[in-house]
Parts: sequence; structure tokens; C-alpha cells
Amino acid sequence: MVTYVFLVAAAVAVLFSVFAIALRSPVLNVLSLVVVFFAMAAIFALLGMDFLAAIQIIVYSGAILVLFLFVIMLLNIRSVERLGSGRALQAGLGALTAIGLGIAIVAAVSTLSPAPGADLPGSAAGGTVVLIGRALLGSHLFAFEFITLVLVAAIVSAVYLARRESR
Amino acid sequence: MWWAEILVIGIKLAMLLAILLTTVPVMVWVERRGSALIQDRLGPNRVGPFGLLQPVVDAVKLITKENLVPDNVNRFLFVLAPAMALTVALSTAIAVPFGNDSGLELFGQPIRGFIVAPDLNIGILYIFAIASLGVYATVLAGWSSNNKYSLYGGIRASAQTISYELAMTISVVGVLMAAGSLHLHQVVESQAGTWLGVLPRWNVCTQLVGAITFMVAVFAETNRLPFDLPEAEAELVSGYLTEYSSMKYAAFFMGEYVHMTVAAMLMTVLFFGGWTLPWIDLSFVGWLGAVASILIFGAKVAFFLWFFVWVRWTLPRFRFDQLMALGWKVMVPLSVLNFLWVGTAIAMGIL
Amino acid sequence: MNAIPYTWVLALSAMLFSIGTVGVLLRRNAIAIFLSLEIMLNSANLAFVAFAYRFAAEPGLDGAALAGQLFVFFVIGVAAAEAAVGLALFIALHRLKESIDVDRANILRW
Repeated sequence: MVTYVFLVAAAVAVLFSVFAIALRSPVLNVLSLVVVFFAMAAIFALLGMDFLAAIQIIVYSGAILVLFLFVIMLLNIRSVERLGSGRALQAGLGALTAIGLGIAIVAAVSTLSPAPGADLPGSAAGGTVVLIGRALLGSHLFAFEFITLVLVAAIVSAVYLARRESR
Repeated sequence: MWWAEILVIGIKLAMLLAILLTTVPVMVWVERRGSALIQDRLGPNRVGPFGLLQPVVDAVKLITKENLVPDNVNRFLFVLAPAMALTVALSTAIAVPFGNDSGLELFGQPIRGFIVAPDLNIGILYIFAIASLGVYATVLAGWSSNNKYSLYGGIRASAQTISYELAMTISVVGVLMAAGSLHLHQVVESQAGTWLGVLPRWNVCTQLVGAITFMVAVFAETNRLPFDLPEAEAELVSGYLTEYSSMKYAAFFMGEYVHMTVAAMLMTVLFFGGWTLPWIDLSFVGWLGAVASILIFGAKVAFFLWFFVWVRWTLPRFRFDQLMALGWKVMVPLSVLNFLWVGTAIAMGIL
Repeated sequence: MNAIPYTWVLALSAMLFSIGTVGVLLRRNAIAIFLSLEIMLNSANLAFVAFAYRFAAEPGLDGAALAGQLFVFFVIGVAAAEAAVGLALFIALHRLKESIDVDRANILRW
């Protein structure tokens, strides 16, 4: 039963990511990506990582893609060109390389022995949130504080770069 | 038996949906009669005793109105937006407990709390995750209507929503610290007993600033006055709802009322003790305990829904820059202060 | 919990990665390129999660599962920061060139 749900979520993710790169309207691209991230959150939850699933939806679908949508509406981008238009040779070579890379990785992965995944350490004791929280504020405190700095730097630089020149 | 568990979940889901979907017409009536009461006039009193059939008549009107879709709109997004608003609002409700099971068993299966998803350990995070998807409904409604006023309304509504989402989340962190778990059942159970001997241990007493911040943020999230600039009828020609008519408009309004009901339920669960009475310790078991807890919970939610209506018809509307300044410069620092207070109090052993 | 072989999750990650790469290489619109980049970042997250799931109960590697999830958490945070700065750059580019076609951002060409 879990396997079927995983297959459905994986199919949805692949289908909508193809939509996200191929459709012509940028708003539809962003919406397809919302569906892709939702499917990925579902896969995270199926593998037992519920906190990550919630964070994926809150941050990625609920904040980053809304930012994308705002910028698309601000710059009034109506419709974009067809995939790979005007540069047929480059388009062909690029697609071939990417698809070849994908096939190579899938082949390499299928040689691994499919060891059965086990229950995650946190699944019995009230979820993974407690463990992740303790790790973030305990052993990984430096990285946690540092990413605060990264985000502040990003906010300041975004405000500076997008400001209107007032002369 | 494998079907017993599914049947129990189905019954809880049916109860929840019945509560949520009947709240919508009741709220329509309460809104109209309540606003009339506050504004010293009569309100609808012709259709049935005390105008009680007014929502039915309103529903018939909305269903039979002409379903106008203007020419240059993006049809797919135009239809998707109200559907998304209603779906998102209804989906958040499955993680909210609305009663105490008191050891009740149905078909040989313990109910595990009147909550449709009892195993969801990230309870409140799930609600925030799904609610953050509601931004898309407003922004897509505004954009797809191909109308400047709608676009302004949609962008303002979504900017308001994401700004107050932050204050809402930080003010809830204090509650979660006090409760020690994200599961809302635990949050209610941690509010039993008294604090400092005299006050009930409800989070509104121990974290008053957090409660006020959460309430204000929830008003902004549900686009209710004093934060309803994006859909106000005297501004922006009804904002992002301008081009919507008939059932799509009804879907938006159902979504808003359902969102308001879920917000009232969240306020009750997080800050006002859920289904517990302040100093009295009801410990019924079985059916009596379950029904009593659901009734107490329902009474508190009803009070908060009336509070929503009361505030709407009392306060004037905020201007958009005032609204954003309030959200970022006042609400976020206050909620961080509340979070510091809770942390200090827990470390010192007061809480 | 042990019904999904972790190799399937890795295969899905590879497929999403290649789809993202195709998007990055073939689109001309800067925002579309950025969206494809987000797909690639997510496929990397999925690979981390697959390995965290695989090594969750391995005796010598306690903490592997936790480290995998933490890494994903930090990647999501860094992706948010990068999206903010990237979009601000696109706004600045649009203000300068009146279009965000990357083929037209060629002032520094030799």
C-alpha cells in the first residue's frame, strides 16, 4: 500500500516537473512546481520524515514559490518561448547530455543492493521533531546560527539589489 | 478488524465536516443579525422566524445567479482559485482536536481523541503548512481576473497573509515550548490545572502577549476587519473578488468562513484550554465525557466566532501601509518577546 | 516503513535531476532557468533523504539518519536565501535591459 502511494507520488512529481520546464506560461510553471514540491513532501512523509515534509511545504511551496510568483507578476512576464527554440543544435546536445546523465545515474543506482530501510529513530518517540530540535540546538548549533547569518545577508542584499535608484 | 479503524476515522471526519459546513450558513445569519444589533437596526427578519432562513435564501440566490466569466481571463486559473481556497481551508481542519475521547471505544477500537488524524505528530506544523498554500488562491484570483483592481487586491492580500504568518508562527512557538509537543492533544492536556495557585493554566494567562499576537495575526490571516482591505467593498471595488459571481464567489466565502472557524478552533485549543473548564476538573468517562468535552469546546468556538463578528463591526479598517507596519514592526517583535518570556519562565521553573 | 526500496527513491532523484538539467540548459528566460534549478536542488534533497532512510538502523552509523535530515534542512534554508538574491538580481536586470532573456545579458562578452 505504501509502495503504491510512493509510485503515485513519484509519477506526479516527474510529470509535473516536465510541465514545469516545458509549459509556456510562467505562472503555470510555478504552479506545476508547487505540485512537484507537494509530491516530494508526500515522499518525505512516506519515508518517515514528517518534520522535513512540513518544512518543505512551508518554506518551498509557501514562501519561495510565492516569491517567484510575485516577481513574475511584478515584471509582467506574459509567456515564454518554446523549449529550446532558435538553437536547435545546442538544444539537442543539451537534452541528450542531461538524459544520458539521468540514465547513467539510474543504472548506477540499480546496482546497489536494496537493503530494507528500517524505522527511523524518531518514529516511535513522538516524531523526528524532538531529535532534530535537539541536534540543531546542540551538536549543530554553529551551523544553525550561521544559516541565520546567511539569511540576513540574503535579505540585505536582495533589498539593496532591487531598490529603485533615487536620483 | 481492518475496517473498524477506517470506519472510526470516517465517522470523525463526517462529524468534523458537518460542524464546519453547517457553521457557514449559521455564520451568515450571525453576521447579519449581529451587525444589525451593533449598528442599532433590525437586520433580516422577514424570511422565517428571526430571519433564520435567510442563509437558505442567500444560498439559493448565489446558486441561481448568472455565472459570469469575463472574456480575457485565464480560465483555468480563474476556476482554480476559489476551488483552492475552499480545499485548503477544509484540509487544515483534520489536525485540530475537537473533544476528549475519555477512553471511548467504538467497534472495539479506541477512538484516540476526536481528531481525524491522531498519529500526526507534527500537528500544528501541518496546519501552518496547508494554510500557507492558501496564499496562492488569493494571488491567482487577483492575477487571473485580468483587472488592475483585482491585481492590487490580490497582491495586497497575499503580502498581508505572508507577513502575518510569521507573527502567528512565532507566537505559537511559545505555546509549543510550554506544552513540550507539537501534537494539539498534548497542548490541550498541558493546560490542565492551575498556575500560581489561582489562575487556570490556560496559555492565555501564562502567555498573554502571545495570545494577543496570535489573535491579531489570525484576524489578518482570514482577511477579516480590521485587516480586510484586499476585499473591502468600498476600496478597490471588492479587490480580488471583483470578477467573481455566483458559485465561485460562494466558494470563496465558504472558504473564508471555514478558515475563520478553524482559526477559532485553533485559538481555543492553543490558548484557551480546549475542552477543559477553568477551575473545575471534569473527569467523566465514556460517552458522557466525550459529549461534555465536545459541548464545552463548541461553546468556546462559538464565543470566538461571535468575537470575530463583534470586532468586524466595531473597528475601522487599517490602511495598507499601516497594516504592513503593524505586522512587521509590532507583531513580530512582540511575539519574539513572548517567546523569550516563555523560555525564561520555563528555565526558572515558573511555568 | 520498509516497503519502499531506497534505490527507487534514488532513481526518482536521478530522473528529477536530469529533468532539471534539461530545463536549465534549454530555457532562455531567467526565471524558468531558476525554476529548473530549484528542481535540481530538490532532487539532491531527495537523495539525502533516501540515504538517511537507508542507514537509519545501521548499527555503526547512529546519527546518520539525523545528519541526513539536518542536511536537507540546511539545503532548504540556503535555497531560500539563494532564491531571494537571485530574484533581486533578475529585477535589477529587467530594470536595466527591459527583458530577462539571458541571451540578451551579453554586455560583458569578450
